[in-house]
Amino acid sequence: MINSETNRLGLTKKDYQGSPSTLCTGCGHDQITNHIINALYQLHVHPYQVVKTSGIGCSSKTPAYFLSRSFGINFIHGRMAPLATGSVLVNPSLIHIGISGDGDTASIGLGGFIHLVRRNVPMVYIVANNGVYGLTKGQFSATSDIGSQLKTGEINPFETVDICALALEVGGTFVARSFSGDLKQMVTLLKAALKHKGTAVIDVISPCVTFNNHDGSTKSFSYMKEHDIRLHELGFIPADEPVVVDYPEGATEHIVFADGSRLVLEKIDSLNHDVHDRLGAIKLIHEGRKKGHVITGLFYIGETRPDLVEVMGLRDGMNLRDLTEAHLRGADEDFEKVLSQFS
Amino acid sequence: MLVIQANLRLMWGSVDGFLIFDFSGKLLQIGMKGVGLRNSMGHLVHNPSWEDQEINNFVIQVATVNGSGSQSANTILLKTLFRMGIPVAGKNVFPSNIAGLPTWFWIRASSKGYQARRERPNICIAMNPQTFKEDYALVLPGGYFLYNKDIPWPQQLNKRADITEIPFPVRELVDQVTQQIRIKKLLANMVYVGVLAELLGLDQECLEKSVMDQFRGKESVLESNFQTYQKGAAFAQQHLKDVTFRYKAQLVKDGNRDKIIIDGNSASALGLIDGGATFGAWYPITPSTSLVEAFAKYAPALRPKNQKTYVLMQAEDELSAVSMAIGAGWQGARAFTATSGPGLSLMQEAVGYAYYGEIPIVIWDVQRVGPSTGMPTRTAQGDILSAVFASHGDTKHPILLPGNPKECYDFGQMAFDIAEELQTPVFVLSDLDLGMNLWSVDRFTRCRQPFRRGRVLDVAALEERQNFRRYADEIGDGVAFRTLPGTPHPLAAYFTRGSGHNVAAGYTEKGGEYQEVVDRIAKKWLKAKTLVPKPVVHKESSAIGVIFYGSSEPAVTEALDLLRKEQSFSISTLRVRAIPFTDEVEQFISDHDRVYVVDLNRDGQLLSLLRMEFGQFCSRFLSIRHYDGTPITAETVYEPILVTENNRL
Repeated sequence: MINSETNRLGLTKKDYQGSPSTLCTGCGHDQITNHIINALYQLHVHPYQVVKTSGIGCSSKTPAYFLSRSFGINFIHGRMAPLATGSVLVNPSLIHIGISGDGDTASIGLGGFIHLVRRNVPMVYIVANNGVYGLTKGQFSATSDIGSQLKTGEINPFETVDICALALEVGGTFVARSFSGDLKQMVTLLKAALKHKGTAVIDVISPCVTFNNHDGSTKSFSYMKEHDIRLHELGFIPADEPVVVDYPEGATEHIVFADGSRLVLEKIDSLNHDVHDRLGAIKLIHEGRKKGHVITGLFYIGETRPDLVEVMGLRDGMNLRDLTEAHLRGADEDFEKVLSQFS
Repeated sequence: MLVIQANLRLMWGSVDGFLIFDFSGKLLQIGMKGVGLRNSMGHLVHNPSWEDQEINNFVIQVATVNGSGSQSANTILLKTLFRMGIPVAGKNVFPSNIAGLPTWFWIRASSKGYQARRERPNICIAMNPQTFKEDYALVLPGGYFLYNKDIPWPQQLNKRADITEIPFPVRELVDQVTQQIRIKKLLANMVYVGVLAELLGLDQECLEKSVMDQFRGKESVLESNFQTYQKGAAFAQQHLKDVTFRYKAQLVKDGNRDKIIIDGNSASALGLIDGGATFGAWYPITPSTSLVEAFAKYAPALRPKNQKTYVLMQAEDELSAVSMAIGAGWQGARAFTATSGPGLSLMQEAVGYAYYGEIPIVIWDVQRVGPSTGMPTRTAQGDILSAVFASHGDTKHPILLPGNPKECYDFGQMAFDIAEELQTPVFVLSDLDLGMNLWSVDRFTRCRQPFRRGRVLDVAALEERQNFRRYADEIGDGVAFRTLPGTPHPLAAYFTRGSGHNVAAGYTEKGGEYQEVVDRIAKKWLKAKTLVPKPVVHKESSAIGVIFYGSSEPAVTEALDLLRKEQSFSISTLRVRAIPFTDEVEQFISDHDRVYVVDLNRDGQLLSLLRMEFGQFCSRFLSIRHYDGTPITAETVYEPILVTENNRL
């Protein structure tokens, strides 16, 4: 009877689904799709309130596979960031979810990604990161680790682009990493990201079962199972649920969002990381990589910086597209005054 | 027959010229512009000097150094003439540089209202030692060479007997006004304003008002500038009273009463503001930057004050700028980007997406000289072909071609209306001459037409329907219905993609489904013909027609007036204001045996489009091309037509 269950909006999980996926069976990206559906369903976000954006690549196909009742736009390669920037500014009351890939974000779209983060465009920016170009059949991407191997045995001689470290460097206000196979962590991070005011970057290691799931890969399911180090246990408490403290004193931290909902971080002893310490987060990422660890969890959160909508003097509920002649043409005497400057 | 503009070396420097070939490639004629016309034997055929009146007819060239602050002085001179009612235009010839390189400002006063560039000035004000020799050589016979006496007379510069030299002291006069070294350099320019005001007989009241306006809000420097101007004028009164200065400025009652003098970029910004722009994304590039800056400057004054009505985003590059505009246009905002050639090149991929995804945006291209970086501060019409066919695959985009600042204003709303009605990118192609120089035009009539937002289905409209297919040709004119993101209705949402899609916006690689969509999009091109501005046609009973567009308007008008007056030619004209071509264009070509096409580019880009569309008339076309980066002059049009027509015998 699970299918007939509804959320508070009276919608079933099915109402959050999209067209059937055309990705390879077992693709990490399809797991991400499911996590997104779960997070939105559980948060009671109506599909009408969501806008999906993407670029080009396997990752960028996924917006077709969830939320059929939401508008989506699958833009050109590497330019989701500026496209979403324009879309967000016109209609800031909608929830923007962007899905990009490692090629789309870390290579062709690197510039746009950095500028989106530094502008703090309010949206969830998911990178489905598999370290490989899937649609063109298995070339290295910029997030491939140095020394990692292609299926052909070719070894990557170049340094990796770390999407999280980069986002932290340019002032990212919510920076997290996760693994597509970690349902609880992913759904919890997605919920927190959806509540965050500003850009929420989630770099998701999402194995490519066809081209990058072999022994020499550092982005395979088995590699992640062995090297994934969780920074903390995560819990999410909706605004209207009572806060039950069942963790030992001092070992948890609550991040409270604007609507009163909370992200609960339960610290793990070995990694005593402060999620408000930007430099510490960058250090943690780099030191983790040296040890061969893929650290996942929330690296950094900070809400002190205004988002782009605020910076531009706009506010939620205001839609530039709805402005009419009456809103856009001022008094004729002002027009004549301006013209008089030219006489 | 092919007319090619060339650069010919003459004894005093290089001057534009042209070569005329027949179809077999045989050289028929060599012409040199500005110094009269010579045949291939070198004999002067004609020496055009059609403005023999010296009152309110003169060209001033001010030669200064970039960054020396001459702009205020030049604006004062220009505004004073304008306020005296004299038809006037101003052109800034400047380098791609912030300080140190030569720069010139040209002012043309013309009682007949001609605004095109002239090759040579009647009056030169030489403030720049670097260009002293060339400035001296360029003055027309009978003209005046006013120069800063502090500049040592260059060795080996032979004196000319056919012009009058007028030295004036600068350092000495400025020293009398201030001891502050920092502002001395800026004040230097006010000296020539004073000297010239006296020699030309500028109206005192108009001049004082122009000075006041120029330094409004900068009262600390007003006094010293005014004093320096007075010193210059007093010098001229005392020491130049014996000079016979033939050129005079005379008040024209109500002369410019209904005119303004404005640059095309400011006019374009006003047009976009009143045209309903709510989103602009851009990346700084000469010569379009001042358009966006003007938008930011005037929008707060023109828009109602109680709310935020627009966003201007400075992007990280032009591809991002146009992508932002596409995101905003997809959301339903009136979105634009302003750019120039290199930016247009970067935008190509995204433009194709907007075309195929059917997203309205306006791209305002203020053209400069290419290819590549080209000459960023020089003018051209070189982006016509790359704009019409921007992006890969089958694409074609409506283009608007404003010919003056008034049209820049009017085309603001029109571009948005067409973009939204057709759900497609619309280009407006201006150029540096039109965008950054000062043109006298009729005062704008404010646009009051309601915005035409195109076929958008809201919740109420969706309620009336059984289904909604984003890319279906329901009306039959090629334009589908669209819904806007966030529309809360079960039928509303669709997935926008640049990959192959069917009428229901679903992914497809089926040939028939793909073709159905692109064939429908092609129909919009026909609909565009009913929406774009019609050409401006002047019809005479003649075998000769001239087709031109954009900033060549003043030069063509002046040249044809002269051909009519001096050579008794009958000539029809058609100024193209948009692509696709409307029926009037075909009619015009079919009505004339010989059709000259004026292009400001090397390869005759408009000509190429005309040939493509009107293959049956190919043998009628003759091409006049000007592409050295300078604004086109009347001679450039006059001489090739004269020679070609006279050679027909």
